[in-house]
Formats: sequence, C-alpha cells, structure tokens
Amino acid sequence: MTEFVFFINQVVISGAVLGCIYALGAVGITLIFGILRFAHFAHSELMTSGAFFAFLLAALFASWGVVTPIPLGFVVLPLAMVLSAIFALGIDKGFYAPLRQRGARPVVLLIASIGVTLMVQGLIRLFFGAGSYSFFETETKDVFRIDTSFLGSTRPLVITEPQLLMIVVTLVSVLALHFFLTRSRLGKAMRAMADNADLAQVSGINTALVVRVTWIVAGALACMAGTMLALDVTLKPDLAFNIIIPIFAAAIVGGLGQAYGAIAGGLLIGFAESLAVFNWTMVLRPLNAVLPEWLQLPATLALVPTEYKLTVAFVILVVVLLVRPTGIFKGASS
Amino acid sequence: MIQRSLTLFAGLFVLILVVGWLMGLPFTSSRLVEAAAYSLIALGLNIQWGYGGLFNFGIMGFLMLGGFAVTFISYPINPQFWGSDGPWMLGRALIAFAAGALLVIGARKSERIGIRGKWKGFVTVLAWFVAYCVYRSQIDPAAAYIEANAGFVGGLGAHPVLGWLFGGVLAAGIAFIVGKIALGLRTDYLAIATIGISEIIRALIKNMDWLTRGTLTVSPIPWPTPLPQDYQATGSDMFSSLLLARGGFLLLALLVLGAAMWLISRAYAGPWGRMMRAIRDNHIAAASMGKNVTARQLEIFVFGSVLMGIGGAMLVSFTQIFDPSSYQPINHTFLIWVMIIVGGAGNNWGAVFGAVLIWLVWVVSEPLAKVIFDYVSFWSSNAGWGAIPEIESRSAQMRVFVLGLVITIALRYAPKGLIPEAVRREG
Repeated sequence: MTEFVFFINQVVISGAVLGCIYALGAVGITLIFGILRFAHFAHSELMTSGAFFAFLLAALFASWGVVTPIPLGFVVLPLAMVLSAIFALGIDKGFYAPLRQRGARPVVLLIASIGVTLMVQGLIRLFFGAGSYSFFETETKDVFRIDTSFLGSTRPLVITEPQLLMIVVTLVSVLALHFFLTRSRLGKAMRAMADNADLAQVSGINTALVVRVTWIVAGALACMAGTMLALDVTLKPDLAFNIIIPIFAAAIVGGLGQAYGAIAGGLLIGFAESLAVFNWTMVLRPLNAVLPEWLQLPATLALVPTEYKLTVAFVILVVVLLVRPTGIFKGASS
Repeated sequence: MIQRSLTLFAGLFVLILVVGWLMGLPFTSSRLVEAAAYSLIALGLNIQWGYGGLFNFGIMGFLMLGGFAVTFISYPINPQFWGSDGPWMLGRALIAFAAGALLVIGARKSERIGIRGKWKGFVTVLAWFVAYCVYRSQIDPAAAYIEANAGFVGGLGAHPVLGWLFGGVLAAGIAFIVGKIALGLRTDYLAIATIGISEIIRALIKNMDWLTRGTLTVSPIPWPTPLPQDYQATGSDMFSSLLLARGGFLLLALLVLGAAMWLISRAYAGPWGRMMRAIRDNHIAAASMGKNVTARQLEIFVFGSVLMGIGGAMLVSFTQIFDPSSYQPINHTFLIWVMIIVGGAGNNWGAVFGAVLIWLVWVVSEPLAKVIFDYVSFWSSNAGWGAIPEIESRSAQMRVFVLGLVITIALRYAPKGLIPEAVRREG
C-alpha cells in the first residue's frame, strides 16, 4: 500500500492542486473569450496582481495583530477579489473599451492585452523587485500527515493546509459559478451573449452590463487562482506569467467559450502534468522481485524528465489544436 | 508620405547621435549592431504579419534556433567528443528516431491495410508511444555518455557566416513543420499555438545539455569579422580597434539587412506581394480566385522565419555567448511585436525604423530610469521620506513597463504605425 499512498501524494494531490489553479484561471479566459472574442493575455497579470493584493492585505492584517485559525491569505481573499475585480474593470475601461469602440479587430485587442501584460508586470516588478515573497513568514504552514498504517502503508498521506483549503474553495466557487450561470438572470444573459452577441443585444440584453460582469467575475477568479498559487508555492512577479500558456491550453482543451470545459481542461492538464513526470518505478518496485534479472526496472521510469513538466501542457495544446481544434466540449469557433 | 518617413528617419538619426553623445561610443556601437540584427528579425515578422497577416508569437523559438545553429557551426571542434563513442551512439539514436518516424507515418497510413476509425486512432497513438520509447531508449544513454565524457558535442569550426545561413535553414525547416501544424487555425489559436511551440523549443534547447550545454552556456563564439583583439595585435590602440572591429561587424550586418530588404521589397512590389496582400485582406476571395491560400501562407511563414533565424544567429555571434536561459518571451517575442506595431506593419522601412527606435528605447530606458530614480531618491531623502531602495534592480524592470506603455499608446493613437503601409491604387 505504501506505493499507492505515494501515488496519491505525488499525482492525485499535486495534480488536483495544479488543476484547480489552471481551472480557475482558464474559466476567466474562456468567459472573456466568449463575451469579447479575444484571447486575453493579460490574465496572468490579473492573477499576479490579485496575489499581490492579497499579500498586501494579509500583511496589513498581520500588522494589526489579527490572528486567524486558517492562513491569513484565505481570510483576506474576498477583499482581494473585490480589489481585483475593480482593477480588471479599470483595465478594460482604460485599455480595451476605447479600442472596442473604434471597432478594432480582436487581433488588435490581443496585442493590446500584451501591452497591458508588460505594463502591469513592469509596475509589479518596479514596486516589489524581482525577489519572491511568502505568505508564511509570520504564520506556519500546517501540514497534515494522515496516518495510513491501517491500510498497511508505511508512509503518511501528506497534504498542506493551503492545499486542502484550495481544493475546497475551488469546489465552492465552481458550484457558485454554475448556479450563477444557470439560475441568475445575468448569468443567463452572459451565456446568451457568448452564444450570439447580436441576437442577445436585439433581445434586450444590456450588453455593456454583461461585459462589466464578465470582467468582475474573471478578475475575481483570477485573483483567487493567483493567491492560491502563491499560497502553495511562493509569490513572485512572474508567478502567473510562466503558467499562462498551460492555462490557455486548459481553456482550449475545454473549448474556448465553455466555462465547464475550462474546468475540465484545467483538471486534465493538471493531472497530465503530474502524471507525466511521475516516477513509475516507485509504484512498480515490488515487481522487481518477480521480474528476471535482465528486466529490472531502472531507477527512474517517468514518461518525461521533470525539467519538461511544463512542456507537457504545450504538447497537449498542440495535439488538441491538431486533432480537435474546437476542444473537448465544442468551443466557440475555430 | 515620403516626407514624413524622411523626417522620422532624420529624427531617429538625431536620437542615435544623442544616445552616442550621452552613453559613449562603445555602448552605442554595439547597440547599433544589435539594432541591425533586430531590424532583420523585424523584417521577418513584417513578412509574416504585415504581408501575410499571420500571427506568429513564437519568434523566440526561431531566434534560439538561429543562435544554436551558429554555435554549432562556428564553435571549435571538440576532439574529446569525436574521439569517443559519442558519434556512434548519436548515430544509433538517429536511426531510432528515423525508425520511430517511419512507424508513425506507417500508422497514419494504416487505412490502406483496412484499419479505420477508432482503431486507426488507437494504432496511431500506440505508434507514437512506441516510437517515443525507442527513441528515448537510445538517446538517454547517449546524452548521459556525452555529458560525462566530452561535456557536449561542440561545434564544427566553420565560418560564422555559414552558421548564419544554417540558422536560416534550420529555422526554415522548423517553420515548415510548425506551419504544417498550426497554420489554418484562426488568429488567436495560431498565436497560442506558436507560443506553445516556441516554449517547447526553448525547453528542448535548454535541457539538451549534450547538444547545447544548456544552462552552462557556450562561449566564446567566433566573429565573422576580425575581433578587437586582432586589431590590437597589429598595433592599433584599444579605442580604435574596438571601433574598427564593431564597424566591420556592423557593415556585414548591414549588408545582410540590405540584401534582405532589397529582395523582399521586390517581392512585395511584384505579383507575389499582391497575391499575399489579397490573401491577407480577404483569404476567402483570394481562394475563390484560385490562389492556394494554405500553401502561400506556409511559404510566407517559412520565409519570415528564415530572416528570424539569421537575425538570431547574428545576435549570438555578436555577443559571442549562447545562453539558452537568457531567452525570454518578453525580450525576444513581444519586443519584436512592439517594433512592428510602432514602426508600421506592412512597410519594410517602417519595420526597420520601429526596430531601431524600439531597441534604442529598450536599452536606454534602464539608465534613464536610474537617473530619474536617483533624482527622486535624492529629493525624497531630503524631504525626509527616505531614499528609494534597490535602485539598480528596479530601474532594470522599468524597460518592461516602458515597452508596454509604448505599445499601448501606439495602438491607441497610431494604430497603423508611424510609417504605415502605403496602399497603392493602380488603375
């Protein structure tokens, strides 16, 4: 059983954590694509700046002497999400709305979003330098070691407190998003506009409001994803910039414009990445006893070496674009 | 139109003089050589985006290929590698690769022996997996052996200009494959696919230590023209030998740039260029006129990438060091895009103008930001608010912000660029 617990630690938990972050980021990208029809590159910077909002708020709370049972990063998350939503609205108002009014093509908006990426990243680096920060400088990161000896395993099941909370928070927000999209008037309006913007407008949907709500939802979710990523690893200015392509891959695998597809795609890419670098020898080692001498397992038997972990997402992306460009769930248009 | 371009180029010339006066001749001369290489790269993107409307966000990958090519061709021969079992093991890996490729091609044609539908998909996936395993089983020991015994493969010791050519050829080959995969996707998808592919190229070059030495970097890579040391050896003083050497390199770079510019300007003015613009502006109409849109787009993607490969090779041979970890999407993909957008997509002079201007802005904004920060810091510490900490590292980050600001302003107020495409209306 030791091998099985090891497998859960290495693949299931780390894959789920990664998958949750990808999923939350990809939902925002896919919503923006569905409503505004452009690939929003600056989403990575929404994530990073959201994480820095949460970091600053947490530092502020800690300086006031607030002590909470769960990590402060999670306590300040709602506030940071509000700030991020306002930030996202501001970016849209300042950079994308004027271009949209001029009737610019989606490609121009895509280039503009790269400009925004560079500016926000430059600003973040200007204020915070190039170093990394941790949410857990004043508090401790609780690690749960669940004893699995009743299963006959010598290793415990290891999960950190932020990871556990992260999975719970993601589940809650995905459910909330589901009810928002299917039950509320605004959510239905969003889906209608994603399906056919012109038809939505002539049937009396306030498209300007829908655009604003899209940015609010996308900004808030991006902040959540960024903060949770920073809680799991460390906070640095290129925190999300490095994973924006896996997130895009998740959105495309799920079908651009499909909110549920993005969640599925995110989890798929997360699990695929951790499965691809998993060292199978650790699980199959008992076989060495029965295998003949010439067929002993090598020390490492992973599908790809660890340094190519991020490449897995790109390969999946390319394969999906080749085989099924509309994604698993049929996406907006190809 | 002509007057406007001339004014802008005159302004650029004055800017170069000012930079030269402020930062000194050694700094400016090397920046100018780099600007020439970037102009070539920007011309490559101008062909792809300005002529063909193709959204290539994988420029970094092609620059890396060019850099690797010139390193491989012009770096001195590594006798330790050639004297060992390395070449033999690599040969076996190559055979394994070829066998794997044959297997995959066979699986893709398996409908000829009656395997169809889901079964064909299954056979294809299985073939890929087997091919991958076979290749890995040969390349892994070879890589480990070479890294342990010889360090890395080394170069071929040929002339660097050959390396530049090889950079173009290598980039063309990879661009052909990338184009086969990714062209035909709509713009946003193409952008993301090309970024993904360039990241794959970066990961490969960075981690194939046996071929590129990875993060250990390869240097010094020889120059195609005499080095400053060579002039010094003949008795010139330090300053003039530096100037002579850089002048020689700049002259060679300008020659390549001029040749490329002449060729593509002729192509643009000719029937081929008209066809490309027709495809860019309305590919459906062009296709209905009997133009093979996919093939022409592939052609233009390959041509543009050749220039990128050569430009990337020039940059590496000028800096004399190939450091795979120094390649970043911001510095090597987005920077080129800003050059094209600011200069003017579709206009070769605009591309060159944008390349030189943005490269100067990029390199000057760091020292400029430092001066401003020093000033503000002096003022704020006098006002009792304390000095700005870590001015050095902060001003280095200013470049990224300035780049973003420039592209945003350009999109807002000059969406066609400073020297826009001249649309000829005949007849």
